[in-house]
Amino acid sequence: MNEGPASQDPGLLRRLLRAKDRMDAASHERWPVGRLARVSGVSEAHFARSFKQAFGVPPHRYLLTRRIERATALLRDTDLSITEIAFHAGWESLGTFGRTFRDVTGETPSAVRACARAAVHELGRVPACVVSAAQRPDLTTAVSEKRRRVADATNGPRPKEIR
Amino acid sequence: MNQGVEVVGLYVRDQDEALAFYVEKLGFRVHTDVRNGDYRWLTVQHPEQPSFQLGLFSPGPPVHDAATAQTLRAAVAKGAMPPLVLGVSDCRAAYDRMRARGVEFTQEPIDRYGTVDAGFRDPSGNGWKLIQKRAH
Repeated sequence: MNEGPASQDPGLLRRLLRAKDRMDAASHERWPVGRLARVSGVSEAHFARSFKQAFGVPPHRYLLTRRIERATALLRDTDLSITEIAFHAGWESLGTFGRTFRDVTGETPSAVRACARAAVHELGRVPACVVSAAQRPDLTTAVSEKRRRVADATNGPRPKEIR
Repeated sequence: MNQGVEVVGLYVRDQDEALAFYVEKLGFRVHTDVRNGDYRWLTVQHPEQPSFQLGLFSPGPPVHDAATAQTLRAAVAKGAMPPLVLGVSDCRAAYDRMRARGVEFTQEPIDRYGTVDAGFRDPSGNGWKLIQKRAH
């Protein structure tokens, strides 16, 4: 059976896009699978699998990339504190935000703020929404997997876990 | 202006549906609507932009084989086609007007970067930015 995106019904894809659009518009909100499935008019069981098949990442990871993107934009464009940005972008604790942000982007929020402010002038001619999308993190692996790889690269092969 | 870009086309899932959307909801006018068998050349025009036509084309025969047409339809439905920008004099007024007509907005008007922008999609999935022209 062909599992490629081209085999999916365009009508279903259009409805999955609606769920993606809703996450884009309000990435700081909670998006449990049931809520997304209702937007797309499909069952919960069907939704996550169809979304991943269509857009290449599971819905919760897509949402994470949008939150990181939003946080990056707020770091660049506002003077909000990093704690405020964490809550605006949808995190419930500063610690989780800082750790996740660093795991995904490889930088701390304050380093990204300093760097983005220095570079922003070069992008002035491109519509802001396009710039924002272009700077979205390409999160092709789960954050936990990314953390594990970084740890492996730093510490060499990990000993087998003993339970 | 005698030289320049005259037509840029979009892929749409259904030309009748697209025609209704761009004419009735967005206020475009039909420029050309001609058929040859299954093929239909359909373009619309912004009322204030007589030198430019927006083509509303359907993937399929005789231009595309079935597999290519399916790939294109999927790409459109996933919102993967290039960005489109509609310039307006008043973004919030345009948003209110279009929303009342049932346009699917993906982003409410936001004040930023010295202007106001919103986002919407056509029924097929093509994504538009609605950007208020800066005062000169």
